[in-house]
Parts: sequence; structure tokens; C-alpha cells
Amino acid sequence: MGHYVPHTEPELAEMLAFVGLSSLDELFDTIPEALRLAAGPRPRAGGAERHLDLADGLSEPDTRHELARLAGRNAACGPDLVCFAGGGAYDHEIPTAVTSVAFRSEYVTAYTPYQPEVAQGVLQALFEYQTMVSRITGLAVANASLYDGATACVEAANLVVAAKRRPTIWLSQGLNPRWRETMSTFAVGTGHELVTVDLVDGRTAWPDAAGSGEPAALFVAQPNYLGGLEDVAEARRVADAHGALLVVAFDPVAAGLLHTPGSLGADVVVGEGQPLGTPLSLGGPYLGLFATTLELVRRLPGRLVGETVDAEGTRAYVTTLRTREQDIRRERASSNVCTNQTLIAVVAALQMAWLGTTGLRELAVRCARATRHTRETILAIEGVEPLADVATLREFAVRLPVEPATVIDRMAEEGFLAGIALEEEYGERGLLVAATERRTRAEIDAYAAALEKVVR
Amino acid sequence: MTDVTTDSEVANGASGARGAKPGGRATSIPLMGHDEEPTIFELSSPGRRAWSFRTQDLPEWSAEELVPADQLAPAPVVLAEVSERDLVAHYTRLSHRQYAVDLGAYPLGSCTMKYNPKVCDEAASLPGLADVHPAAPAHLTQGWLELLVALGEGLCEVTGMHDITLQPPAGAAGELTGLLLMRAWHEAQGRQRTKVIIPDSAHGTNPASVTLGGYETVTVKSDERGCVSLAALQEVLDEDVAGIMLTNPNTLGLFEEEIAEIAAAVHEVGGLLYYDGANLNAILGVTRPGDMGFDIVHMNLHKTFAVPHGGGGPGAGPVAVSPRLAPYLPGPKPVRGADGVYGWAQPERSIGRVHGWHGNALALARAYAYLIANGGDGLRSIAEAAVLNANWIRHALRGSYDIPFDRPCMHECVVSATTLKKTKGVKALDVAKRLLEEGFHSPTVYFPLIVDEALMIEPTETESPQTVAALAEALVRIADGASPADAEAPRVNAVRRVDEARAARQLVPTFDARQEATPSPSPSPPSGAEQGAEELKAVGSI
Repeated sequence: MGHYVPHTEPELAEMLAFVGLSSLDELFDTIPEALRLAAGPRPRAGGAERHLDLADGLSEPDTRHELARLAGRNAACGPDLVCFAGGGAYDHEIPTAVTSVAFRSEYVTAYTPYQPEVAQGVLQALFEYQTMVSRITGLAVANASLYDGATACVEAANLVVAAKRRPTIWLSQGLNPRWRETMSTFAVGTGHELVTVDLVDGRTAWPDAAGSGEPAALFVAQPNYLGGLEDVAEARRVADAHGALLVVAFDPVAAGLLHTPGSLGADVVVGEGQPLGTPLSLGGPYLGLFATTLELVRRLPGRLVGETVDAEGTRAYVTTLRTREQDIRRERASSNVCTNQTLIAVVAALQMAWLGTTGLRELAVRCARATRHTRETILAIEGVEPLADVATLREFAVRLPVEPATVIDRMAEEGFLAGIALEEEYGERGLLVAATERRTRAEIDAYAAALEKVVR
Repeated sequence: MTDVTTDSEVANGASGARGAKPGGRATSIPLMGHDEEPTIFELSSPGRRAWSFRTQDLPEWSAEELVPADQLAPAPVVLAEVSERDLVAHYTRLSHRQYAVDLGAYPLGSCTMKYNPKVCDEAASLPGLADVHPAAPAHLTQGWLELLVALGEGLCEVTGMHDITLQPPAGAAGELTGLLLMRAWHEAQGRQRTKVIIPDSAHGTNPASVTLGGYETVTVKSDERGCVSLAALQEVLDEDVAGIMLTNPNTLGLFEEEIAEIAAAVHEVGGLLYYDGANLNAILGVTRPGDMGFDIVHMNLHKTFAVPHGGGGPGAGPVAVSPRLAPYLPGPKPVRGADGVYGWAQPERSIGRVHGWHGNALALARAYAYLIANGGDGLRSIAEAAVLNANWIRHALRGSYDIPFDRPCMHECVVSATTLKKTKGVKALDVAKRLLEEGFHSPTVYFPLIVDEALMIEPTETESPQTVAALAEALVRIADGASPADAEAPRVNAVRRVDEARAARQLVPTFDARQEATPSPSPSPPSGAEQGAEELKAVGSI
């Protein structure tokens, strides 16, 4: 038996006898013989029986050793590879208290709270998470999480198309290109028409008309992928002129300084919640933030926790408006989400509670200071130019005199993850650079000195 | 406390829970009685903080200097203001109000709530995995790429498939990915197919995914044995059918014995077979979807490969395919070059990304740890014990519950409270709530839809015979003692039966909405929530 199967041989025999069988193989008698693999150890060579071609199981220390070996073949961000890369994945502080509490067994090893009477812990944590997301987005309702920023955009697209009964969506080019690509992948199934609206001087230049009809919604990122601050109020005006909804992809850290998208008229706010307590993790599991106005709540994708009372009138929490969901609505559901990212949402709730009112602003200010210092320092290097003349906050784009991929490789040798090479659509030789609250003057100055050497 | 009302105090107003006081004072002790736990907002005390940041030694530019005036919010967003101690205490108390696999049996059918080995948690927390930026160049992430390639190969071997994408972050995402692969393949053959067939016992995600994939769902009835009726299937098979989605064993826990014939019939009309891997745990090392004739297979790594469910996620839903579909897989995809160096590659006719980066990578690392710890020999023993436990409980419940399909089951069994309801007025839901009082999580109830008063029990392989027996005894005891009073259950858990109808009727999705709904001593609404509160009033009861 495998490591985690508790049954002893006598127990197996006893249980088999109870169900009227004499061998474990007989458990699978309903499976046609032709389809069955053989039990027992693998034959050394070429036996007639088919077995899984997998090595036998490892002991726990051997498993740990193998994982440590693999981990050792990566260059992790830290003192030996100081991170200046962002692009939707940021190197933020993760306090011990958050990790320590969020990773308690009760949060980690529960599932979707189908039985609310024994799931008040997760439910209340999600209710608090929803409240915090509602506040930072400035919208009335937030769901209990989606997979990541990209898939939150996909769900937002489905929502706005259904709400407006128009198949066309205008996407700012400032929306993360990987998120736009993800939306394109899923638009093949839904038949949505996605129209990309170019950035001009680092900001979205909304057209009078685009695509085959009026848009269901405009999608704008604040800040945009190049780090530029968009005019969200202007996007609202353009949306109104077309009778369209406004979807804002916002950054939860920038929310510490900027107007909430809701206060500027967003109907839907999506975002990547990774900056709220989740490590870089090669890109997942992250957290799709999703909030809407109350008018749109019946089209909200995913789970929603609501407050109610129990049979004695005691305050209690439960997943609600369940009739929106796939397990009830089936083929008429507007979203197929079942498993979401609850644990990451709990982490984000803890992180936001750790930050509090003053901490969220302090975090944003410190990121902005580091970004400004980095920007000013590297723009002093000959041949390094701003990609656009636009106000930035926590990330910015530059044009390098040499190929960014080469620069990134050589900077890694100097101990820096220099940034992200920008897609060609944003112009030639673009590098996207982010500096978080974790970056110090010494690190930034060393980064600039290394960059000067590398691009020379 | 003073009487000065700040924004923070208004937003985090302290009405509500018994004993809740700003400043972290909660009288709720979870080990003693039924007290509510106040929300974090009610524990807030303005000016208190837990945060702490690195010394940056940078010019101390102010917010006004850093942000254009028209972009700067006039005041910070109001969040809870608590000390680290209060933060830890609050969320620890909440955790005491939460059932979990680490506490005991969680026989939630179809969800495979098995024990999640701790060594896998450790794998996911290694800095060499957790602190890697997703955009780091491949030569800096050789270990990650090697892990992902090895996991992909292992999962292909387990499922009998040819190639795989690890990007889908959950089972439903895998389903939709699979349907888009199906669509891309048919289109490449120059075919316009419109329909996807689904049995009436399928999970709700299947038909929802079909719709999002741009197809029409055709439901095929199960036969009297609880399986797909080949005759009924033949009736709906035609040249418009893109494929069929099947769960095997199905949601009744029964193996589709005619799977080879089903596959042949679907392939005959040019359709593809999609395998919903929700129930893969039952057949690990015993049989493989690829050998049954499936073209597309998704796996729920949070079920079969012991990635913890996290209160509802994150999971991972890789999709494996047969050779003819491999060129369409999402990219970029981890690959091993001829020189043994790993990198990312875009499949020739890729449908594109289905995730912002590379999928739920740390969940994949956990699954990989689980895969190598178990190995080929261990995987089969998982299926054996899972199936044995389910059959044991099916036998043990005979006479106490109806068993609509009382023949050898796989990893789960579906029983029914129909007779209990008729004779004693006790529904499946009451049985579920009674079981909570007995110290177990309840089975899945009212699913599959084709069974009345269904209780779907999946003990999983990690519950010992003694635990399975205790679970069965509890269920038998509940049936024996069933009475209309069971509608009162549960009576001993953190809360009594929760009023779900009220939650939907009077929607309170945030603390701020509650503050508005309940008369508050403060005259002004909380900042950041005005809009929501007003709309809630306008809409009234939803």
C-alpha cells in the first residue's frame, strides 16, 4: 500500500470479505478485462501485462530531496537575484503572520463551504475579503475570487456581453497582453469580438468607432501595462457616449493612492490579487479580483458569500445567490467556475488586515518612491529612454539601446532580474521595470550601475 | 475609547456581534459555546497597525509629490486597523469554526477530500520554487521546467495520453480548454459541429462549459443501471456532434462498462471523447482513459493528486490529449530540448493561453511531490483502497438507506433518503446536518440530479477502516433514530441551521451593506461604501 493508505493486510482481507470479494483485483471486475492494467510490480522487460510505466514511490526524505534538487536549479528572487520585474507579478513583502495563519490546516484542507454550519471560518474570512475588495475597488459587491487577473477579464467579458447583449468589446492596448491573449482564446467559444484600442503616448486613445457595432464595454487598465496612469474618468465618458459599460483592471497596490475605480464610474473592476500576500510562484496560484455594482450582482461569476442568521437568529454566513451558478443553472449558467482560489483570497484578506488603512497607502507610497528613484536613475544612462511620456506609479517602460532579452540575461549574471522584455506591439527594445517597497536605494543604485555597464 | 468619530470608526462601526469591541476585544472563545466571532472591522482601532516595511533609504517624496493631483485619492481607503496579535487571534478563532480534512473524514462525494500529505506543502513553500518570477528567462528556471515536464509526462502515463497542458487552474477551466481544443480540431478538419453530448448524471460544470465553448448541450439519459444507454446515445449521434463529455466512473460511482462501444460509436460519426477527470482517483493504475478511447482528458489535481482544496481552491486542471490534438494545446508549454535543456515552446496550432502565466504552478509542484512519493505502485493502491472503502460503506448502509444502484461501485456510492423521507419525514439534507452533529462532514447531497434525496459518499483511500466504520455507524444511527426533530439539526456546531433563503432575499455581501441594513448609531454611511449601500436600499430585497 502507498504511504498514505492506512489499511493493513488483515484489514484489507476483512473488508474484502465483508463485501463478498476475495481479492483487490475483483473490485474492478466491472472494468472490461481488455482495458485493465496489471497489478503488482512492473515486469523487468517486455511482459505481456501492461503496467504503469512509472518509477516506484519514494520515501518522504527522498521526495523532499528531489524537490529540493529541482528548487536548487532555479534562480529565485532574493538577495542573489534582486527583482525589478513586474508585469502583473510583483515582489512584495509577505509578513510571517499572514502566511502562518492563512496556512492553518482548517483553511488549507477544507473545501467549498457547502455545509455552512461547519464552514463559518472560511465563510466569514471570505465575507471580510469581499468587504475589503469592495472598499478598495469602490464597488458594492465583490465575489469570493476567480483564478487570476486574466481569467477575471474573461469572466468580465462574459458578464458585459450578457448584460448589454452586444458582442463587441473594446480593449485598451494597455491591458496586460497575456490577459488579452487569454480573452482571445475564450472569445473563440463565445463568439465575442475583441477590438484592441492602441496606446498613444502611453495612454489609451479611445476612438469614435471600432469593430462591427457599438461596444458592450470598454476595458481599461489602471495603471496600464506600461505603468502609465490612465484617465479613467475619460474612459467613463467615452463608455457613456456609446451606452457601454466600463471595466477597469486595477492594481490593488496602486489603490493605496489612486481614486477607486468605482468612484470614477467603473461598472466592473477586475484585478490581479497576487500583490496581496502571494509569492511570485512562477505565476500561480494567483488571485482574480472581481467586483461589480449591485445592479450587476445577478450576473456575478463565481461564489458570493452573504450574511444571514441561523435558526436562533445568530449571525451566520453562507454562499448566496447560488442560482447563478453552474451546478444549478447548468447549460444556462454564464460562468462555469466551481473551484476558485479561496485560500489565496483568505491570504489577501489577512494581508489587507495586516496593512490596514495606513499600511495600504504606505505600501503604495513606498513602491512609488522606489519606482521614481529607479526611473530617474536609469534614465540618466545614455541610450535609455522613456517609452512614453506619461505619469507612472509603480512600474514604467523604457527603450534600451540593445535587445532587452540580452540585457535581462546579462543583468542576471550581475544579480538582478532586470525586468520584462516588452512585446513588439509596444515598440522596439522595450523593457518593463518595477520597483516595490522591498527595493532600497542601495539595490536601485547597484541596479542602475549594472545596467549602465550592460547596455554600454 | 473616546467619542470622537473618525472615518475609520464609522466604516468599521462596532454594532453587531455580542461582546465585540474595537481594539481587538472579542469575548468569543470558540471552544466554549456559541458566541459569534466579530468581523475584523469590529475589532479595528483607528491608528493601530501591524504593518512593517524594509528601510529603503530613499527620498521621502510625499503622496502629493508622487501622484498627479487629479489622480490622487483624497483619503486612503479605510481598512481594518489591528495589531498583529489581534489579526492572528481573529483568524485563528475563525479557523476553529471550520471543518477540514485535517480534522477528520470529509466524505463529500465527487470532491475526493483525501488527506493532503504535508511533504507536498513543504515542496510548495521552498523558496527555490515559490520565489521564482514567472517571466524569468528559461535558463534561470530549469528546475521548474524540469518539474513541469516530468509532471506532464507522469500524468500522460497515468491517463494513457500523449501530450498535456498544465495551464488550466481548475477542473472547470480544464473542461473549457478541452472544448476549445475540440472546436479547433474540428475546424481544422473543415467541419462545423454544433452539439456536445452529456449524460444526465454529469456535473454542472460540463453543460456550463459546453455553452461557453460555443456548443449546444444534448443531454442523454442514463439507463436503469445508471450508465449511459448506448441505444439512447445512438439516437442523438449525428454529424453535428462535436463530441461527448463523460465522467468514468460516473457520478453514481459506477464504471461505464460499455465505454469501448461508446467510444467507437462517437468516433464513428467523427466526434471526440472528452474525459472529465473528477473521478480519476478510482482508476489510478487500474485502467486509463486513453486506453478507453478518450481523446481529451482533464484531471483535478486537487482531487486525485492531493493538492489541498484550500476552502474552495486553488486547484489545478491539466488537460491531456491524444496525438492528433497535441498541436492545438495552449502555450507556451514547458519542453525538454534535445540537448537536455528545458525551455518554453508554442505548439504549432495552439489555441492560445488559458491562464495569465503558466497555471497554478505551486499546486502543480504539490502534485508532482505526490506523484513521485506514491509512484506507479502507490497509485494503484490508492484506487484499490478508495474503491474498497466505498463498497464497504455501501454494504454497511444496506437496510438503512435506499441504494438505487446496488451493484459494485467504484470510489463513491450514492444512497438515497427517499424511504426515510416517506416514513419518517427526514430528508437527505436533514441527514447531512445530523452527520455534522456526529462530528463528520456530510456527503454531497442532492447530486447527481437523477437520484431523489441523494447522498453521495466518497470516503477516499486515506480514511482507515475504523474511520469508515465510524462514519457508517453514524449514518445508520441517524437513520435508526430519524425523527421530524432532525429538521432542527445541527444543534452542536458553531451555528445552527443557516437561513439560506434570507441571505439571498436580503443580500448582505459586505460588512458595509450590513451596516446600512441594520440601524447604526452613526448618522453617516461608511466611506467607500456609499454607492453600494444606496443601491441596496433602492433595490430593497433582491
